[in-house]
Amino acid sequence: MSTARRFFFHRSTLRALISILVFVALWEVGARSKQWFGFAVPWVGNIPAPTAVLHVWIGLLGDPGYWQSWYLSLLRVLAGFLTAMVIGIPLGLLMAVSRNFNDTFFPTFEMLRPIPPLAWVPASIIFWPTQELSITFVTFLGAFFTVVINVLGGAKSIDVRYFQSAQAMGASKWDTFRRIVLPATVPSIVVGSAVGMGITWNVVVAAEMISGGGGQAGGSGGGLGYFIWNSYVGGAYEQIVVGMISIGIAGYICSELLRMLGGYLTPWLRTR
Amino acid sequence: MLAPTMTAPARGARTQGAICIRDVVKVYDPDRAAIMAVDHCTLDIAAGEICMIVGPSGCGKTTLLNAIAGFHSITSGEIHLDGELLCGPSKPLADPGPDRIVVFQNGALFPWKTNLENVAFGVVMQGKMRKKEAYEKARAMMADAGLSGTEHNYPGEVSSGLRRRVEIVRALMNDPKVLLFDEPYRALDSLTKSVMHEALLEIYYKNNVTIFFITHDLEEAIFLGHRLVIMTSRPCRPKLILDVDIPHPRDYSVLTTPRFRELMDQTIEAVHEEARKSFEAGEREG
Ligand SMILES: Nc1ncnc2c1ncn2[C@@H]1O[C@H](COP(=O)(O)OP(=O)(O)OP(=O)(O)O)[C@@H](O)[C@H]1O
Ligand SMILES: [Mg+2]
Repeated sequence: MSTARRFFFHRSTLRALISILVFVALWEVGARSKQWFGFAVPWVGNIPAPTAVLHVWIGLLGDPGYWQSWYLSLLRVLAGFLTAMVIGIPLGLLMAVSRNFNDTFFPTFEMLRPIPPLAWVPASIIFWPTQELSITFVTFLGAFFTVVINVLGGAKSIDVRYFQSAQAMGASKWDTFRRIVLPATVPSIVVGSAVGMGITWNVVVAAEMISGGGGQAGGSGGGLGYFIWNSYVGGAYEQIVVGMISIGIAGYICSELLRMLGGYLTPWLRTR
Repeated sequence: MLAPTMTAPARGARTQGAICIRDVVKVYDPDRAAIMAVDHCTLDIAAGEICMIVGPSGCGKTTLLNAIAGFHSITSGEIHLDGELLCGPSKPLADPGPDRIVVFQNGALFPWKTNLENVAFGVVMQGKMRKKEAYEKARAMMADAGLSGTEHNYPGEVSSGLRRRVEIVRALMNDPKVLLFDEPYRALDSLTKSVMHEALLEIYYKNNVTIFFITHDLEEAIFLGHRLVIMTSRPCRPKLILDVDIPHPRDYSVLTTPRFRELMDQTIEAVHEEARKSFEAGEREG
C-alpha cells in the first residue's frame, strides 16, 4: 500500500474526515433550513451555509485584497513573533543563569506579564509613530512573555547532575552554558514558541479589529482581523466565515512549520 | 563472560586512587535545622580497591560521596586523594575533577548528545584530545565494552542497562583515579543487574581503578567488593567493615558458595540492626 493510501485509509484519518463531513453537513442543513423546510433552526439558521461560504471564498481567491490581508497578518505575526524570540530567549536564559540579573528584572517582568496584550493597544497606538508598529508591538507582547517564562522555567529546571558531571569532566563556565544549558533548554524554547505562536495569532487579529477599523491616521490597517471586521460592518456574512477559516489555516500552517523546526532541533526527543 | 586468561590484579596493585577520609563531619543547614549527616567518619580506601558502602536509607552515604566528588562542602575533617588534600579545614569544598567521576543512580548522560559524543565529552572539554582523536578513542572504548552499534544512538534510544554501561565508559574515558557510584543499578531488574555486575568487574579487571560504590543491595555489595563498609544510621560513620575474602576474579558461581552465604548472614545482621535504629529514630521524629 502506498503511503498516501495508508494515510487516507488509516482509521484515525478516516474518523477525522467523517467527523468533519458530518459537521459540515449538519451545518449546511441547519443554515439552509429556512429555504428547504420553511422554518429557521434557531441560531444555526442565521449562519451562512458552507456551500455559500465556499462560493464566496472561491470568488475571493482571485481578489488581491484578500491576499493582501493574509500578507499583512502574516507579516505582523512573523515580525512580532521573531522579535519576541530574539529578545525573549536571551532574556530568559540570562535570568536563569544570573542571580543578579534575575533579581533586577524578574519583578518588573512579573508585573507586566499579567497585563493582557490587548490592554496595551491604546497605549501602543499613542506611543508608536505608525499604526503598523503599534500592532506589531502588541503582537510581540503576546509571544514575548510566554517565550521568556518557558525559557526561564526550562533553564532553571535542568537536573543538577548534568552540571556536576560536566564540571567534573572539566567543562568551563562557558562550555557548561553552551553545551548543557543551551541544549537542555531547547525543548522548552520549542514549547514556548508553539504556545507563543498561538497567542500571536489571537492578538494580531484582535489588534487589527480594534485599531484597523477605527479610521485612525493612516486609514485602515488591513489584515485578516480587519477583513473580518470590515465584512461584518459591510454585512458580507459569508466573508466573515471565510476570514475565520483563513485565520485557522494560517495558524495551523505556522504551528506545523514550528513543530517541524522543533523536531529538527531536538532529534533526541524524536524517537520517544 | 570472563576470559579464562583474565587474572585479577592484587588489591592495591595500582599506585593511584587511595582515598583517606579523616574525621569528616557534615552538618547541613548549621544555623537552623542543623542536620548532622556524617559524624567523625574515618575510612581508608586503598588504591585499586572496590569499597562497597551500605547503610540505612538517609544515613548520609550520598553526602560522603558528594564531599569526595566536590559537589558539597564538609563541616570539618579532611579528605585526601593520594596524599593530596581534596578538602579540609582550609578548603571545605573540593574541586570537582576528572580524577573522580560519579556514576549517578538514574544516570547523567546528556540526553541531547549521542552516546559517542557523551563518551568523548570529557577529554574534549579538558583539551586533552582533538575531537577526531577523542571520537576514535571513544569508539574503541565502546567497542571494548560491547557497545558497538550504539555510538550514534541517543541515550534515550538504548536500554537502561546499555545506558549504564555507556556512562561507565564515559567515566573511564577521563582516566579517573576513582569511580564514585551512587546506587547505579538500583532501577534495574535483577537479571540485567547480574549482567551489569559481571561487566563492571570485567571493566575493573582491565582498569583497576578505585571504586567507591554505594548500594542497598547486599548481594551486590558482597559480590563486587573487596571490602564492605556498613554505616551506622544517621549521622553516618563506619559501624562494621567486612573483608570479603572471596578471591577475584569472581563470577556468578560465587553466589552459591557457603562462604558467600556466611558473609551475607553477617551483613544482614549488622545492617538490620542499624536499619531498625534508623526506623525507630524516624518513628520518634515523625
Ligand atoms: N542539601 C541538603 N540539605 C539538608 N539536608 C540534607 C541535604 N541533603 C541531604 N540531607 C539530609 O541528610 C541526610 C543524609 O542524606 P543522604 O542523601 O546523604 O543519605 P543517603 O544515605 O544517601 O540516603 P539514601 O540511601 O536514601 O540515598 C538525610 O537525612 C537528608 O535528609
Ligand atoms: Mg543516597
